[in-house]
Amino acid sequence: MQDVAIVGVGCTPVGEPWDKSLREIAVDSTWNALDDAGTDEVDGLIVGNMSSGNFIDQESLGSLIADYGGLGNISAFKVEGACGSAGAAFKAGVMAVASGYHDVVCVTGVEKMTDVVGNSATKILANACDREYEAIHGVTFVGLNAMIMKRYMHDHKVTREQISTFPVNSHKNGVKNPNAMFRREISLDTVLNSPMVADPLTVMDCAPICDGAASVILTTRERAREFTDTPVIIKGCSVKVDTIGVHDRATVTSMAATKAAAKDAFAQAKMEPKDIQTAELHDAFSIMGVIGLEDLGFVPAGKGAKFAADGEIAIGGKLPCCTMGGLKARGHPVGATGVYQIVELAKNIRGDGVIDVENGIAQNIGGTGSTVSVAILGRDD
Amino acid sequence: MPSSVPRHWRENIKRYRLLGTKCASCGTIHYPRRTVCPSCKARELEEYQFKGSGKIYSYTIIRSPPEGYEFCKPYAAALIELEEGEIVTAQLTDCNFDDLEIGMPVESVIRRMFAYGESGIIVYGYKFRPILPRM
Repeated sequence: MQDVAIVGVGCTPVGEPWDKSLREIAVDSTWNALDDAGTDEVDGLIVGNMSSGNFIDQESLGSLIADYGGLGNISAFKVEGACGSAGAAFKAGVMAVASGYHDVVCVTGVEKMTDVVGNSATKILANACDREYEAIHGVTFVGLNAMIMKRYMHDHKVTREQISTFPVNSHKNGVKNPNAMFRREISLDTVLNSPMVADPLTVMDCAPICDGAASVILTTRERAREFTDTPVIIKGCSVKVDTIGVHDRATVTSMAATKAAAKDAFAQAKMEPKDIQTAELHDAFSIMGVIGLEDLGFVPAGKGAKFAADGEIAIGGKLPCCTMGGLKARGHPVGATGVYQIVELAKNIRGDGVIDVENGIAQNIGGTGSTVSVAILGRDD
Repeated sequence: MPSSVPRHWRENIKRYRLLGTKCASCGTIHYPRRTVCPSCKARELEEYQFKGSGKIYSYTIIRSPPEGYEFCKPYAAALIELEEGEIVTAQLTDCNFDDLEIGMPVESVIRRMFAYGESGIIVYGYKFRPILPRM
């Protein structure tokens, strides 16, 4: 197995681009990353996407994006793991290069969610959980996370106020990110007093429905310097699953898949949580950020909310989290999110981000913790 | 999007009666039913009838429903810890939102869940309600 490096990154601004289709944002992002790597050639394209078939009635994204990207008759296909699709696609890209199957691979995560109207997006997102035994009861994806939060508050005696500092932090960080959907600060009062979506989650606890695409170019560590002076090395990368239904887990207030993926990634990196300098957490809902801190091993169970409320997740705190806005403020174009996280982490590590760090971790969650990827990136030292 | 009849027909009995499975090898019970025991990987499973009573493990009020469920919004949904220990996801019905709390005893009832438009199939299944006083 060869060590793998990121030699180019790119993305489109997250938002609601009425004038751009899925293929256009995917191609824009792919070429942003190719330009960044200074190349126009890849021999593999792996697409992360959750639900193009439902959102825009289009499958076969490997062909579509390679075709409209002018990439020729390369190897190209889609990887799916709900909102964790891009994290899974990233792992597929890392495996493709590490194994020697491919020399230079592009991983593009893309989702076009805003072409559907009404409550369709809510229905499509609920496909991430068990359709026959969760979604069929009219339980939304937000609803499942609300129940996780309710039980978490009950078990750990934690308040909504403490948990909801997560979106406040993400919005503060999003201000500096030109690609973020929301670039304004919000107060804790705004989060708490916004309309309820599923009690106790308000609309400001939840990541937005939006469009976006993000890409990375991967090659071997050995070849990386042909493309860039600042390669970012994949130190650890793992994807693990858990039960599809929340109701089948031994506990709902922690994610076994995050714990397993983190254990695997830390072992590959020969690192521990205390070595990590920044974290891109999957804060699709405030409670997910809190539980992520705990499952990745940064704080004990039940202490994540206090850690956040104490300001330790802010830039300047012990563990800056969601430094470019996270899912809440940058936005959460579901099947693209995992690659946005990798792009932002890589920028922070190579020196053109918003903080100066040598390493960091990214956690991308599919479903309610059914598919979780964890990646640890670092400088080439 | 219309649905074929078999898609719901094949689940009917299990949904109406909370019919799960029990592993013949290690004795673990499951709801929903399974064909492989997740505890011991055995593939010989027997039908297991759950009693249908339990308590609220967690709950929420769905105020922004998915397509097809707008007719009953807002509605309460819950994770129900059955008497036998398994947890199931379901809606709560015949209840006052303000009275709900974790630990509240509930029982299953058959209710209309949703319909595929005015002329499509109507899907029935279990919901849970606070236990009514017995005569």
